[in-house]
Amino acid sequence: MKTENEISGVAETPVVKLDGVHMSFGPVHALTDVHLTVNRGECIGLVGHNGAGKSTLVNVINGRLTPGKGQVIYDDDAHSKAARNALQARDSGIRSVFQELSLCPNLTVLENFRISYKSMPGASWRKRAREAMRACLDRVFPGHGIDPRAMLGALTIAQRQMVEIAIAFSRRDMDANLVILDEPTSSLDATIASQLLDYARHFCARGGAIIFISHMLGEIFEIADRIVVMKDGKIVEDEPAARFTHERLVETMGHMTAEGEPTLRARESLRFGPEVVRMQNGLTAREGEIVGLAGLAGHGQAASLARFFMEKSSVWKAKKNPEVAFVAGDRTRDGIMPMWSIMRNLSLKTLVEFGKIGLIDINAERKLAEDWRERIEIRTDDVRNPILSLSGGNQQKVLFAKALASCAPIVVMDDPMRGVDVGTKKEVYGMIRTEAAKGRTFLWYSTETDEILKCDRVFVFRDGAISAELIGDAITEENMLRASFGMYGNAR
Amino acid sequence: MKRERLRILLPVLSLGFLLAAVFYMQPRAMSYFGLNLLFNLAIPVALATIAQMMIIMVNDIDLSIGTFVSFCACVTATLVHDLPVIGYGLLAAAVGAYAAMGAIIHARALPAIVVTLGMSFVWGGFAVLILPSPGGTAPEWLRTLMTLKPPLMPIAIIAPAALAILMHVFIMRSFAGVLLQGVGGNERAVERAGWSIVRLKAAAYGLAGLFGVLSGMALVGLTTSADANIALRYTLLSIAGVILGGGEFTGGRISPIGAVLGALTLTLAASFLSFLRLSPDWQIGAQGAILILVLAVRLVFARKDTLS
Repeated sequence: MKTENEISGVAETPVVKLDGVHMSFGPVHALTDVHLTVNRGECIGLVGHNGAGKSTLVNVINGRLTPGKGQVIYDDDAHSKAARNALQARDSGIRSVFQELSLCPNLTVLENFRISYKSMPGASWRKRAREAMRACLDRVFPGHGIDPRAMLGALTIAQRQMVEIAIAFSRRDMDANLVILDEPTSSLDATIASQLLDYARHFCARGGAIIFISHMLGEIFEIADRIVVMKDGKIVEDEPAARFTHERLVETMGHMTAEGEPTLRARESLRFGPEVVRMQNGLTAREGEIVGLAGLAGHGQAASLARFFMEKSSVWKAKKNPEVAFVAGDRTRDGIMPMWSIMRNLSLKTLVEFGKIGLIDINAERKLAEDWRERIEIRTDDVRNPILSLSGGNQQKVLFAKALASCAPIVVMDDPMRGVDVGTKKEVYGMIRTEAAKGRTFLWYSTETDEILKCDRVFVFRDGAISAELIGDAITEENMLRASFGMYGNAR
Repeated sequence: MKRERLRILLPVLSLGFLLAAVFYMQPRAMSYFGLNLLFNLAIPVALATIAQMMIIMVNDIDLSIGTFVSFCACVTATLVHDLPVIGYGLLAAAVGAYAAMGAIIHARALPAIVVTLGMSFVWGGFAVLILPSPGGTAPEWLRTLMTLKPPLMPIAIIAPAALAILMHVFIMRSFAGVLLQGVGGNERAVERAGWSIVRLKAAAYGLAGLFGVLSGMALVGLTTSADANIALRYTLLSIAGVILGGGEFTGGRISPIGAVLGALTLTLAASFLSFLRLSPDWQIGAQGAILILVLAVRLVFARKDTLS
């Protein structure tokens, strides 16, 4: 490995180079033809909307995912030619700080350090780890006040994040050459965040490289030399930071989707019924309305839907006429019963509605399943087949049918189209539109912009609160992005 | 650090309380001989509890430890005594089987509770094959070891204390132990740092197998003979011991010293109930009641801890 002095002289040796990388998960193309070179001494700001492919890109760079097509070339000087990308990445000094914490809460800070540093010499490791941990914390966050012997679980979230960042920058037998920071400041307060930015700048000046992912555009501008904008799995812009303004950055992030597919919102004349939903955070919905919940993922949309659903449904007893039905986005976690047949999955929500004195009405159940199979074209020859015999998209259709079969006037949808192919999506949009016309209300959280554009009214969430309400023509991708980044209103 | 101290406080207090009650009712128990009698059956229980702790440490649970200990006891009382090479070979193979079970559970993402429940029947079956009716003989050296009379403290106190200290050093202080705890704490973090989870889980299960074997041998050394059903209740005793000792089912939070104390407490609880002259019909229920009481106290503490 080279020493630091040598490195700082050569600015143009790439730490990692991505050459025409493709990556897909089933029908979803997460990355398409990505070219990216990360040079030493460079700080790259990576921005993009939800699902633009940022996380996938990060995982390709750190070797946890092997691209379907294309190549990832690591630093030639790396002393090992390890077989797996993950090992190569580690040997060329690539470290990542993930959004969710990857430390062990049941161990002390120094023990966590030791686990991350795999090849640390074994003799008196506690002392070494304690000193190394204190040193790297002191370097990145002077005055941090964290005892390396403290139990990690006893620290605050911000302190844990600080520990994780410090570990990523720590000195080892192989020093860090590229540190990927994925939303590192989300749980840090302003002072600590600025310490981190200072250190990052310092780190780059000494020849290290950084990829900085953040939705705080201010931070991106503060730190990045180069900004890479991702959109729908592609890199759409890759230019020096100086050429961007806030305005232009937000615009680029949302530039490309204006294509095709007329919105289903050609219904100005349509009258909605009375208001049926009013949440504490200000979200309202009227009868027959499709209300979208937008914003960056994890800013409180799913949580407020879940809270609403829990409030409206009893914990103890299913009602004959439920008020709300729920369509889950994370199928495997809270959607399907994997061991059950299509029919039983479909009728689960309506068992009480259609049942008699606590018994299942078998004929009604059968009829319901057959009805819905035809109406939404579930591709199976027998509804008694196991649900897992269906493709993901068809499973999702069953979940929709399950909710729609109920007489509930309000349907809550928690990003229901995740991992569903385009054809199925179109069918489901049609179903939603028809049902809305019949007077049903939909609350629709989606991470996909074109789905939100189909809504009659949109609430954009930021930091757990509603930052903007968009109606009619104001529902544009640009406005949504502005609001998601907390810039709606001041830039109008 | 404070929470860790609290974790160890409860098993210490509950053992102390029970011991005081026993001494109050039966002052003659407060002697070298009395202590040995009270605690000598605690040695195999403590070993089985440590075995269970290894599995709970990596977020799994072992429902086969009772039959496994019975199986090992049967092997020790027959093959190890008669054909030592085959006997020890078989015990070593059993440890290997445990390690393999851990690797398979992780590699195939199987629920440990199901696999170990299935394995419990396998071990039980082997035990019956080896020793169809109660009997067998303990190897001479084992018998001598378990009836050793060291000065000052009886073996029934020294052995669990040594076990507790040894395991504390290994699990809490050595790096290998820390890594195993890490698997329970955040498997993904450990994996991301480049460690092989399959190997670590196999190691944890292998250690559990080793302590299971030691438990079976210790049991035979004490009872001088074996029976295919000799240690069936160890499954529940060991789980209870780990939890009583401050361990938690998930998150890699365990305490070796606590686990040994928990095993001692559970053994003592049985004697305590005998001293109360409680009819044996009620003893298991009463033992359960003691367990619930202690865990309830812990829950109150834990609640306060999170609230403050």
